Amino acid sequence: MTTKSQALLNWVDERFPLTSTWKAHLSEYYAPKNFNFWYFFGSLALMVLVIQIVTGIFLVMHYKPDASLNASGVPVAFAAVEYIMRDVPGGWLIRYMHSTGASAFFVVVYMHMFRGMLYGSYRKPRELIWLFGVGIFLALMAEAFMGYLLPWGQMSFWGAQVIVNLFSAIPLIGPDLALVIRGDFVVSDATLNRFFSFHVIAVPLVLIGLVLAHIVALHEVGSNNPDGVEIKKKKDANGIPLDGIPFHPYYTVKDIVGVVGFLFVFSAVLFFAPEGGGYFLEYNNFLPADPLVTPPHIAPVWYFTPFYSLLRAVTYPLFGLDAKFWGVIAMGAGVVIFAFLPWLDRSPVKSIRYKGPIFKTALVLFVIVFFILGYLGVQPPDNGGIKDRTTQICSVLYFAFFLLMPFYSKMDKCKAEPERVTS
Amino acid sequence: MSVEEKMDSGRRQLLLATSVAGGAAAAATAVPFVASLTPSERAKAAGAPVEADVSKLAPGEMMTVEWQGKPVWILRRTEEMLATLKPLDDQLADPASEKSIQPEYAKNEARSIKPEFLVTIGICTHLGCSPSQKFKIGAESGLGDAWPGGFLCPCHGSTFDLAARVYAGKPAPTNLEIPPHKYLADTKILIGDDGTA
Repeated sequence: MTTKSQALLNWVDERFPLTSTWKAHLSEYYAPKNFNFWYFFGSLALMVLVIQIVTGIFLVMHYKPDASLNASGVPVAFAAVEYIMRDVPGGWLIRYMHSTGASAFFVVVYMHMFRGMLYGSYRKPRELIWLFGVGIFLALMAEAFMGYLLPWGQMSFWGAQVIVNLFSAIPLIGPDLALVIRGDFVVSDATLNRFFSFHVIAVPLVLIGLVLAHIVALHEVGSNNPDGVEIKKKKDANGIPLDGIPFHPYYTVKDIVGVVGFLFVFSAVLFFAPEGGGYFLEYNNFLPADPLVTPPHIAPVWYFTPFYSLLRAVTYPLFGLDAKFWGVIAMGAGVVIFAFLPWLDRSPVKSIRYKGPIFKTALVLFVIVFFILGYLGVQPPDNGGIKDRTTQICSVLYFAFFLLMPFYSKMDKCKAEPERVTS
Repeated sequence: MSVEEKMDSGRRQLLLATSVAGGAAAAATAVPFVASLTPSERAKAAGAPVEADVSKLAPGEMMTVEWQGKPVWILRRTEEMLATLKPLDDQLADPASEKSIQPEYAKNEARSIKPEFLVTIGICTHLGCSPSQKFKIGAESGLGDAWPGGFLCPCHGSTFDLAARVYAGKPAPTNLEIPPHKYLADTKILIGDDGTA
């Protein structure tokens, strides 16, 4: 570095912790040397967040959150999306990036969560990282749900109607709560405007804050790895973990490979199948919202379907409270229960590599059940037939995976963890 | 000397009092923000009653009018349709409409003022979807051979009979709501106002 630029850097460093922050989080942040494929998804999630924010900024320049009808009798918000797709130069591409980005976000986050479950990344001392992560997942669901109302199509409208009504199932405060969320007695212009506000300002701010907390907490305790052993236990004379390598340049370069691979797939969807076969953009949403007619088959976007199935699984009242309330509880619990994983898992080892056959079977079953629930969530209900029964059985298995974990993870026959990471 | 001994309790109390006052002010500031989330005066005023002319409605047919942004159905029931109601009682969650919402004058077997016309809000009491018509009887309806005609909610599969009463074991907890309504003439119904309020 030339003396002049060194002098400038010194000038900055005396006033702002630039070099020390760079070192602490990148060039001297030591990550385990044995990261594998599953470790791409954290950085990919960060990149998708950036895609969503940048495309979102540009979409807001042309979109109008207005449910009133224009001169041709089409809701203004719906027409604004058509305008972006047809008349704004490059608008179609930006919008498809945003809509595909939403699905990609969930793909990447689900993979990232599964990585955590594979290698026990939620275990002590990483409980807070995991909790911030669950917070991110919740915020992401809120963000996706509110964003889905904005095109003001049939699925937007009826999806919002159903989810807002979920809150009215809460005893005592429910109906008033639903009223405060909607800002009207039905989903209306007031609802559209506040969802727009939450979608573009409030939730993204929360999301970015949580992502920061997630990363700060991670860098405080250090990354887990596929072996689930702490690299900080074995350090060299300089206090550097023997099995650690600096995040930059080693993992920045590795993550760029992940980004390139991801962008291949992302672009393929973006250019050749932006509707994702009706799963990323549902066909019923190409019809403007009609408050008088529910489409014959309504289903949430794919990333909500496993939880939607949990909601539909409950059809019996309990303790004098409606089935509806318990359905809502099941759905909410299905999401929140992830937060308890650090305390449910009593296994002596972290990683799946050293866990016993019971845990491995349970995890495989859980993944299968998650996919089945996801599939059933897009299917129409069949009136207590085979699909509804399967939904109920899978829902029980879903919760059993979590609630029985303290028992089966403890009695499982685990292998001994190695002293150091294996390469 | 420890810190506690040096503590000025007068100042500590002042600090506490200031914090409490500041906290109360902050909480009070939240009031207009929360209030702004509740329905506006304009939204509250939008619930004017609507008139429906049922003279052109053929027996067995249904029409929909919009009231307070919600679909209100008017179904002209035939004698055969009305005959399906009574035998269903033991398959329903609330056959006598004890838990359901309806005006006193519609709390009867047919849930209506005149049995011929069912006036009901077409919003499922589960999560607010609008159920679809399943008036075809038996296997043709896709709801099994014993289906006597009624409504099916597409969202979560709740089924209702031709008096908008919900079947037992379905996610919807109560029968569809009957709005306040009255007959202005033989074939003219006013929805949203029954003259009692």
